[in-house]
Amino acid sequence: MNVVKRYLGILWLVLAPAVIYFLVDRAIVHIDPAGIKDINNPVIWVIIITIFTPIAVGLMIFGWYAFRGEYDHLPESSKELDEF
Amino acid sequence: MKRRSIYKLSSNRGYDNVPGKNVFAYSLNNYLDSMKPTTIRSVITASSVGTMIEWYDFYIFGMLAKTISTQFFPEGNATAALLSTLAIFAAGFIVRPFGALVFGRLGDLIGRKYTFLLTLVLMGGSTFLIGLVPSYKAIGIAAPLLVLILRLLQGLALGGEYGGAATYVAEHAPVHKRGYYTSWIQTTATLGLFAALGMIMLVKLNMSEAAFNAEWGGWRYPFWISILLVGISVYIRLKMAESPLFSKLKAEGKTSINPLKESFRHKANFKMVLLALFGAVMGQGVIWYTGQFYAQSFLENTCKIEFEQSRTIILWGIVFATPFFVFFGWLSDKIGRKWIMMAGMLLGILTYRPIFNYFLQETNTREWRSQEPVLLTVNENPNPPLKTDSIKEAKAVATLYHKNSHWQLNNGIRFTERRTDTTRQGNDGFTSFDVPDQNPTHIDKHLPSSLYWKFVGLVFLLILYVTMVYGPIAAFLVEMFPTKIRYTSMSLPYHIGNGVFGGLVPFIGLLLTTSFPADPLVGLWYPIGVATLCLVIGTIYLRNKIDKDVTD
Repeated sequence: MNVVKRYLGILWLVLAPAVIYFLVDRAIVHIDPAGIKDINNPVIWVIIITIFTPIAVGLMIFGWYAFRGEYDHLPESSKELDEF
Repeated sequence: MKRRSIYKLSSNRGYDNVPGKNVFAYSLNNYLDSMKPTTIRSVITASSVGTMIEWYDFYIFGMLAKTISTQFFPEGNATAALLSTLAIFAAGFIVRPFGALVFGRLGDLIGRKYTFLLTLVLMGGSTFLIGLVPSYKAIGIAAPLLVLILRLLQGLALGGEYGGAATYVAEHAPVHKRGYYTSWIQTTATLGLFAALGMIMLVKLNMSEAAFNAEWGGWRYPFWISILLVGISVYIRLKMAESPLFSKLKAEGKTSINPLKESFRHKANFKMVLLALFGAVMGQGVIWYTGQFYAQSFLENTCKIEFEQSRTIILWGIVFATPFFVFFGWLSDKIGRKWIMMAGMLLGILTYRPIFNYFLQETNTREWRSQEPVLLTVNENPNPPLKTDSIKEAKAVATLYHKNSHWQLNNGIRFTERRTDTTRQGNDGFTSFDVPDQNPTHIDKHLPSSLYWKFVGLVFLLILYVTMVYGPIAAFLVEMFPTKIRYTSMSLPYHIGNGVFGGLVPFIGLLLTTSFPADPLVGLWYPIGVATLCLVIGTIYLRNKIDKDVTD
């Protein structure tokens, strides 16, 4: 299982920037100052991309930790969380 | 189980209920095990009632979004006004993670009791004040600005409340009942929704539509009532003692000096925060919102079921499903938290589209129209006509007029067919008429009893999934983090998962529907996708072991 955890870490590492790329790409396609639909509104896209970017960075860090085997063993007590 | 928690007792440090106060050394776990049922009941009641009121406060704003948009945002473009409100709604959710940081830190520094007392007062005060803000007509741009600020304060307060309440109850609970006791806190979000729906319905059904939507009309009552509810809850909470685990830490001088740094800059803890978010709370957030809010919005706005039925379907679903929060919390003490939550996500992923498709198909008016319905009444030439929006255009003012005809089928289904005609009055005073509407909309659909209860059953299922993912999660989060930074560490992933991932379900649903209008169910791909990702991460990375010792 630990091998699966590590290899999947690569997937999370790739998935995070892919999500942001997808959002930015969709924003460029749909933003239209002359448009009247919600999807044309740049404000909405800015809000969504701003929110999801730090979360995607978090997913990348999660993937990196997983790839490095940081999740092979989960802490059994709070004492282990103090070790850093 | 560790039994190393020997500490000195002091009657003024929250151990008032410890049997035999004169005993100086006492095991904390033994103390929790021996706590009187009346004590734990009052702990649960004090925490749950306050949290439920906070949810009530938070929900009424979202539920009254349409009315609020017309009251507080510039008239002229209804969509812009609605979007402005949605933006405020989203802002309310986005600010929640910040509330988690601010109040989580406070809770780990000064204690759980006073922090979640503060959030309650902040939430109640903001809600009450929203009900007092004059409309845009009266004070102009100050109105939406004030509403925005108060809404942000609401979000901030909510961000601090849940972690405090869950931690407070968990730190009073014995090992083998932690899931069961904290599940009462988990019922509060749904009961808050129930209370908000019920209150709005009660007010709305006792006055005309015009009186409800008036500038100082009935829509403000649910906001005003909040101050009374909060007052009662503050009174109850003031009587409670501090959490025994936090009191112990404080007595020993072992509280965290910098909870934010210890939570998020210490790698060992931060990686658990990430695991909690991506392996559990993210999926829980979208399942929660889809089951309760997206379902309600879908029945009302997509299926066009009449106001009373669309609301009571949700209310009945909540009534039948709410006990299962406690059941799954209890079950998680027996078999572990993980698989219950994962099963809830899996069921959502597999059944969302079939369930919502059923809602859509059963309210398909094309099908109804082909069954030769009986025409009940027509108000084709009402006097005055059913005028709604007047929209200022470049060279004219466009006014929409509606003609409603009411139909009924043999099986009891009723619906209203609305045709909308537009007149344009130019600056020269000349009035023109658009081509009469050839594509009528069907609204105010009334379901017959059998179909109504089938819908209730399906909404019950959707909320049952919510109970599976949400019932055990407080205990799950509490067990992941140490006492000294528990409030901070569990609050942030919870509010990112629920506030951001969950809170954006309707917003992203709206965007997807606008982008791909051919598929009315396209909005479901967002919660399905997020829940799938979370299910995979949770299944592979989380373990099912219950941490028996949360005193460390």
